[in-house]
Amino acid sequence: MTTAADPVRHDDRPSSADALDVENLEITYRVRGRGLRVVRDVSFRVGRGESFGLVGESGCGKSTIALGIVRYLARNGKVTGGKVEIDGRDVLAMNSGELRRLRQSTVSMVYQEPGRALNPTIKVGRQVAEVFELAGAQKAQALDSAQEMLEKVRISNPAGVMNRYPHQLSGGMLQRVVIAMALASQPALLILDEPTTALDATVEAEVLDLISALRTEFGTSFLFISHNLGVIAKMCDRVGVLYAGEMVEEGPAREVFAGPRHPYTVGLLRCIPRRDMLKANRALDTIPGSLPAPGDVPSGCIFADRCGLVEERCRTEAPPLYEAAAERRSRCHFHDRAQTLPRVIPPEREDVPGERPDRGAVLINAADVSKTFHMEGETIYGLVDVSIELRAGETLGLVGESGSGKTTLARALLGLTAPDTGSEITLDGEALAATTAHRTHEQEKALQIVFQNPDSALNRRHSVQRLISRALSRLGGYRGEALLARLKKLISEVRLSERHLSMRPAQLSGGLKQRVAIARAFAGDPRIVVCDEPTSALDVSVQAAILNLLNDLQRSEDVSYLFISHDLGVVRYLADRIAVLYLGRIMEIGPADQVFNPPQHPYTEALLSAVPTLESGNGNGARERIKLEGEIPSPADPPTGCVFHTRCPRFLGDICVNTEPPLAESEPGHAIRCHIPIDELRRLQGKEVSVAGADD
Amino acid sequence: MSIVDIPVEDAGALQAGRSEIRSEVFRQLLRSPTFVIGAIILIFWIICAIFGTSIAPHSPYAQNLEGINQAPSSAHWFGTDQLGRDMFSRVIVGSRDILIIAPLATLMGTVLGTIVGLVMGYFRGVVDDVLGRFVEAFLALPVVVTGIIALSTLGRSNLVIIVVIGLLFTPLIARTVRAAVLLERELDYVAAARLRGERAPYIMFVEILPNVFAPIMVEFTVRLAYAIFAVLTLTFLGLGVQPPSPDWALDISANYGVVPAGYWWEVLFDALAIATLVVSITLISDSVQGALEE
Repeated sequence: MTTAADPVRHDDRPSSADALDVENLEITYRVRGRGLRVVRDVSFRVGRGESFGLVGESGCGKSTIALGIVRYLARNGKVTGGKVEIDGRDVLAMNSGELRRLRQSTVSMVYQEPGRALNPTIKVGRQVAEVFELAGAQKAQALDSAQEMLEKVRISNPAGVMNRYPHQLSGGMLQRVVIAMALASQPALLILDEPTTALDATVEAEVLDLISALRTEFGTSFLFISHNLGVIAKMCDRVGVLYAGEMVEEGPAREVFAGPRHPYTVGLLRCIPRRDMLKANRALDTIPGSLPAPGDVPSGCIFADRCGLVEERCRTEAPPLYEAAAERRSRCHFHDRAQTLPRVIPPEREDVPGERPDRGAVLINAADVSKTFHMEGETIYGLVDVSIELRAGETLGLVGESGSGKTTLARALLGLTAPDTGSEITLDGEALAATTAHRTHEQEKALQIVFQNPDSALNRRHSVQRLISRALSRLGGYRGEALLARLKKLISEVRLSERHLSMRPAQLSGGLKQRVAIARAFAGDPRIVVCDEPTSALDVSVQAAILNLLNDLQRSEDVSYLFISHDLGVVRYLADRIAVLYLGRIMEIGPADQVFNPPQHPYTEALLSAVPTLESGNGNGARERIKLEGEIPSPADPPTGCVFHTRCPRFLGDICVNTEPPLAESEPGHAIRCHIPIDELRRLQGKEVSVAGADD
Repeated sequence: MSIVDIPVEDAGALQAGRSEIRSEVFRQLLRSPTFVIGAIILIFWIICAIFGTSIAPHSPYAQNLEGINQAPSSAHWFGTDQLGRDMFSRVIVGSRDILIIAPLATLMGTVLGTIVGLVMGYFRGVVDDVLGRFVEAFLALPVVVTGIIALSTLGRSNLVIIVVIGLLFTPLIARTVRAAVLLERELDYVAAARLRGERAPYIMFVEILPNVFAPIMVEFTVRLAYAIFAVLTLTFLGLGVQPPSPDWALDISANYGVVPAGYWWEVLFDALAIATLVVSITLISDSVQGALEE
C-alpha cells in the first residue's frame, strides 16, 4: 500500500478545502471479462455547506458515482481513473483503516430504502446510539445523544420511538431515523441517494423540509442524487446533469432548469408535464432513441444519436466540457443554441379544438362501493362508500397517498377484488358481477388494465407474441390470419417492431415492456382501461412517450381511462376529472381544473403544495406551502369524524372530530367532503387564486 | 389452448430465445465443478445400468461354489461372495434396478405433488385447508415404515415400491410447489389472465407452472437422493428388489453377517457404490439450485 497523502487525521483541517472534489472520475465494471467504463471523466465539487445535485435517468451512473466516491463499489467495480477528495483528503489513496475512519466521521450516506438501512432485530434507539458509541461515547451517554438526535430530526415522542423496532415505524419515520444516524457523526459530507423516492408526496415534502432545515443547522455539505428534477430544483444550489456516465451539463440549479445549455437537459425538461399543459392542447415532447449500452463509448458526442441538433462534428469530435457562461458548463459543441432543439413531437395538436370533449354517456357507475379486509384479527377499511361514474371517452384521475384505496377501487371495478355486499357497480346500466369469473364475455372485454409494474404484469416465460396473441384470441376472438394481421397492427400502434415479437420480457427495456402491456390491454378493444400508475416505474423521457401513446390510443379507440397516479403533474396533464381519495374515502371529486384550483379540499390543497415542481423550485411558484403534520393514519383504525382531521391544516374544532362531513356538491359536478363552507374555503385559499388563474 | 401459427422466421427466433435462456443456465452449470463431478459420477452409473451386463467381466448371477468368499484379486477385482459370484460384476449391474425405481418413484411424486401444490396454492381457501390436512397427515407417515406395511400387504414388486414412495413424496413436493405458487399468484400476470377470462387450469398450468419450474427441479433432485435411500433401505429389509437380482442393498443385506469373518469386500464396494450415487445426486442438486436461483 502506498503512503497515503494525509494519513494523520487533522482536526485543524484546511477549511478552504471543498467538502468533495471529484476530478475526471472514471469507474469501470468488469462484466464477463470485459471492462465497461460506466462513468467517464466526471468532475464536480461540492463546496462547504453547499448542496450539489446529481440528476439523470436510470443507468446514467448517479448511484455508481456515489458509491465510487466512498469506495463502496460492488466487487466487480473499480475506480480506474481520476481523483476523489473528501474534506481535502485523497479517498482513492486510503487504506482500509483510513477508509473506515473516513466513513465513520467525515462522510455519511442515506439511501432510498430506509427499511434496509436499519437492522430489523435491534431497537431504533440502540442503533442510533451505536453511532455515538463508535465515536467513543459511553453507553448511557450515547443513548442520551441518540434521543437528542431524534429530536433534531423532528420525531414526535423520541423517547417512545427509541424503544421501538424498525418495522413498527412508517417509511417517513424510518427515513428520519436514518438521517439522524447519518448526521450523528457531524459529517462534512452527506450523500443522499434518492432519499425520498420511496415516500408519499406529503411525507416526501416533510422530509425534504427537514433536510433543508438540518443543512442550515449542521452546516453539512450535501451530495443529493435524484431522478426527480423537481426535488433537485428544490433542494440544490448547483446541479450536474448526467447522461450515460458523463456529466453533460453543470451549473446553478435555477439557471440550468430555466435555461438549459445541453440538448439532453432541454429534452428532459420538455418531457415533464407542466402546469399549463393539458393533453388536449399539447403533446409532451420525448427524447428519441434509447440510452446506449453501458460502457459503449462512441468516438464523438455520447448524445449525438439522440440529438436533434446533431451535426457532422458531433459524430467525430467528442465535445469537451465548455464554459458556457459564468459557472455554467456544457458538454455540447453548440451549447449556445441548445434551446433551439427541434421538438420530436409537434407541440400543438392540429385537430383538437382545445376544449374538453363533451361528456359522453355514463359507462360505469359505482355506487357506495366499500371493501373491508380482514387480516390477522384486524379490520381494514380499504374503501368506504365510494361512488364514482366514468363516462365514454373521458379520463378520471384517481389520486391519493399509499393506502388511500386507489388500487382497491380499480380492482373492485375490474372484478379482481370482490367489494362488500351493498356495493353496486353497473356497466351500461347493467349490474356487474363482483368477480370476473361471473361476468359476461362482453363485460370482460370492456374492462382492462395496464399495471404499474410490467415485470409483474407480463409472464416472464412467455414471448411478446404469445402475450399479445393470447389476449387477441381470448378477448378479441381473432384466429389464424386475422389474428396475425391484428397483431401486426396492434404492435405498430404501440410503436413496437416485429423483431420484438420473439423476445421475452426480460430482453426488453422498461418502456418497451409497458408498451407490450398496453398492447395486451387494448387487444380486445376495451371501452375502459384502468391505468394503475403506468409510468411510475419509468424514466421521464420514457414516461412522456407512454403518456403520449395512451393519449393517442384514447383518441383513436375512444376509450375511457381510470388513471391512477401519485404524480399530480401527470394526472393534471391527462385527466378530465379527478377524484381525491384519503383512507378509502373520496374527499373531493370534480373536473380537473376545479379540483386543482381553489376552492378545494384542504387535503387536495396540501397534496398539491407538497409536490416539488420545477416552477416552485425556480421561485416563481407563489403558492404557499401547506404543511401536513404527522403520519397517514392506519386504515385499520381511521380517525373519528372527518378522517383527515388529524392532519388537516384548516382544522375547525370539535365538529371535525365528531362528525364526518358529507361529500357536498360545491359547484355542479364538483363535490368536497369538508365542514368548511365553500365560500369560506374560497376565502382561505383565495390568495392563490391569482397564481392558479395564470394557469388557465 | 391453441397458440397462433407462428410465421416460420419468427418461430426460429422464438426457439432461439428460449434455448438462449436454457443454455445460459446450462453453461453456468458446466462451469461449476460441483455439477461436473456429480454429473460424471451419475453418468458412470447410468452407463453401468444400461450396459452393465456387457461391461461386467462375469455374469452377476454365475455361482462358483469352488471359489466362494475370495478376496479381491486380478481375476475378481472386488472378490467373490458367499456363492462365489463376482462382486465387481454385481456392483456394476447392481445400479440397474435402483436407477429405474428411484427416478420413477420421484417422478411420480413430483408430478402428483406439482398438481396438488398448484391446486392448493392457486385456489387457497377451503381447497387449501382440506388438501393441507391430507398433506400434513401424509407428512407424518415415515417412508420406510409405511413402505414395509404396503409391501407386505400388497406384495413385493417394483411397481408397489414406486407407487408407495411416489405417494409419500407427493405431499413434500406439494408443499414446496404451493409455497412458490402462493408468491406467483399475487403477480399481476395472473390477474391479467383472469381479466381475459382464462380458466383455472390454464392459469395454473400454462401461466404459473413455467414460473415455478425452478423450485420443482431442485426439489426433484433433492427427493431423488432420498428415494435412492428409501428404496435401498426397503431392499435391505428384504422387501424391495428380490434375490437373485444383483442389487447393492440386497448384497449388503445378504453379506453383512460375514464381515466379522473378514470378508469385508462383500459389503464395502456395494456401500461405496451407494455413497457415490447419492453424493453425485446431491452435488447435482446443489449446483442446479445455485444456477437456477441466480
